[in-house]
Amino acid sequence: MKESKTSYTRYQALNRNILFIIIFMSIAPMIFVSITIFYHFHSSYKEKVNAHLGELVLKHKQRIDLFLEEKLDAVTFLLHSSKPEKLLQEAALEEKLAILNGLSPAFVDLGIVNESGLQVAYAGPFRLAKVQYNDAFWLEKALANDYYVSDVFLGLRGHPHFIITTKFTWDSRSWILRATIDFNAFNTLVENLRIGETGFAFILNREGLFQTKPPVEINKEQIPNFWDRNNNRTDILNIENTQPNGDTFIYVASFLKNDDWVLVYRQTTRDAYSDLTRAQHLAIMIIIFAGIIIITLTLIFSRRIVTRIKKTDTEKEFMNLQVIESGKLASIGELAAGIAHEINNPVAIMVEEAGWIGDLLEEDELKSSSNLDEFKRSLEQIHTQGRRCKDITHKLLSFARKTDPSVDDLDVNALIEEVVALSAQMARHSHINIVTELQHDLPPISVSSSEMQQVLMNLINNALNAMEENGGTIKIISKLSKLEKGHIVIVVEDDGHGIPESVIPRIFDPFFTTKPVGKGTGLGLSICYGIINKIGGKIDVSSVVDVGTRFRVWLPYHITDHYRDTKPADQETGEADKTN
Amino acid sequence: MASVKSSSTEIPIRVLLVDDESGYIDVLANRLVKRNFVVKKAYSGTSAIRMLRKDDYDVAVLDLKMEDMSGIDVLKIFKKMMPDMAVIMLTGHGSQTAARMGMNLGAFDYLTKPCSIENLVEKIIDAHLSPPPCKNNQCSQSVETDNKLRR
Repeated sequence: MKESKTSYTRYQALNRNILFIIIFMSIAPMIFVSITIFYHFHSSYKEKVNAHLGELVLKHKQRIDLFLEEKLDAVTFLLHSSKPEKLLQEAALEEKLAILNGLSPAFVDLGIVNESGLQVAYAGPFRLAKVQYNDAFWLEKALANDYYVSDVFLGLRGHPHFIITTKFTWDSRSWILRATIDFNAFNTLVENLRIGETGFAFILNREGLFQTKPPVEINKEQIPNFWDRNNNRTDILNIENTQPNGDTFIYVASFLKNDDWVLVYRQTTRDAYSDLTRAQHLAIMIIIFAGIIIITLTLIFSRRIVTRIKKTDTEKEFMNLQVIESGKLASIGELAAGIAHEINNPVAIMVEEAGWIGDLLEEDELKSSSNLDEFKRSLEQIHTQGRRCKDITHKLLSFARKTDPSVDDLDVNALIEEVVALSAQMARHSHINIVTELQHDLPPISVSSSEMQQVLMNLINNALNAMEENGGTIKIISKLSKLEKGHIVIVVEDDGHGIPESVIPRIFDPFFTTKPVGKGTGLGLSICYGIINKIGGKIDVSSVVDVGTRFRVWLPYHITDHYRDTKPADQETGEADKTN
Repeated sequence: MASVKSSSTEIPIRVLLVDDESGYIDVLANRLVKRNFVVKKAYSGTSAIRMLRKDDYDVAVLDLKMEDMSGIDVLKIFKKMMPDMAVIMLTGHGSQTAARMGMNLGAFDYLTKPCSIENLVEKIIDAHLSPPPCKNNQCSQSVETDNKLRR
């Protein structure tokens, strides 16, 4: 019990080891490869996305720059193509506005502002003539530069817009041509830049004010300061920024309008790298799936291996046991044979001496002795006991002997019937029924009939002994074995008292007997074993106490030609004789 | 017993007992003498051969297992020296191979030890009455099978 428990844990440990090794060996490289591939994919994909976004931002930046340039060019052209005094007339200005919108739309109004900030002339949809701009933030800059593009501001009307101014001199005074650009027209330039769910663009000025209207409310605090970054202003900035709430954004920025503005594209990393995330999820799913498959297969596989090992182990153990058993029997057999030989002679002499006394008793002078009958009885007893000794030594020698005198082709069924007939008398006394169930057309086996007879006699005698008290049925079956190819199996079954399990391993040992001292020699089954072993057969026993015992004997046969032709051949027996 | 008595009226059968187990052949000799055989004992193979040189015997009873030389060797020499003498072999149980070999060499029959005196007597008379075995194997076999049938 204890042993089986330790071996159980041993196999469990083996199972565990195999499981662990296989899983580790298969999953570890898989994970390693996956991580490596994923890492490279990750970085190259990020690079690609960033490059793509950079490209996009650059393109838009160029478009915006172009837009502003175009407007400025248009205004400049307008200024240079007409006489200054004409511009002061509102009607002419109105006409110019129409021309300007013809050239490139998005101009809302035009105005001429003098040095003191008074709008002297105005053309446009609003009533802004004679408006005072002297405290407008742009006036100073407009007067200082030839051209000026303002930031977006609400202006007098309270509507977001920005202006382009051009300075010109007329009548030795500085004038400013002010053109308002439609905010919406400008805004669409940036609004178009939308990718995914969260990707959009906007423009900031140096103060961090929005120059376009972002589609989503953005907290200005969140936006990194692009001017602080010590970068070449022509480069595309690429910033990743994590918010306190855990959202990570990528910012792609490019400066425009002489670095006054910055075009910013913002997108959450999750959105930007959504393909990557999907790939990541897919990879993880594949790994998990593969892992499950590997573990399942490994479980099955390792269990199968361990079962196989267990099986071979038991087989080996069994074989070892058998080898030990047969070795033991062989050595005991040899010992027994030696003893038997040694005892044989003294017993023979004793019996002969007794016989000699018997001979002498025949003489006349002794015949008159009053004790003659007693002498004779005593001699008879010596003779009988000597015979018993002889029987024992002969049994021992048959157990031990290696060769057999007369090997013949033997019909198993005929032999069984013969032995059954011999035992029938004894069986009747004990109210035991002997039933035979014999398969016809069994091939003959090459064994000594006397030996086979001995085997069967022993088995039947044991069965009879087992049922002596209560009677019962002995069943003898002969058939071709299905388990052992090329063997005939003879089964001797009884429903007697059975053999206790503790005794079964020893029943083939010589001198082992369950009968009372003096009743059995303990050699019957060991002789059977010896005989069957010698001819290459097998014997086994299964028994349940109070239910019965079953002995099975497998005997090898060789299919001879004459068996196949199903006719007994004389030449065969002749050959057999020669081998004798 | 009847046959013994009938033979006793004629010339007694001369028997040579060969066995190194002296106790055994001593008593055997006694019992055979009592049954009107002329019996000589040899306690070894060599002494048996020596005795055979001096005298003729009708039947030899030869133990196959002796210390100085094997019974088979003795048998071979016997068959050369006196082919007409019948040889009955005594064997221990389980040495039937040697017995069979002896049969092939021209022995009349074999008995397993210990054998009953009646058996031995019967066998000796049979051996004496039967025609001298030839050296041919088949011939000796026919004698053997014949003998078996009679049994």
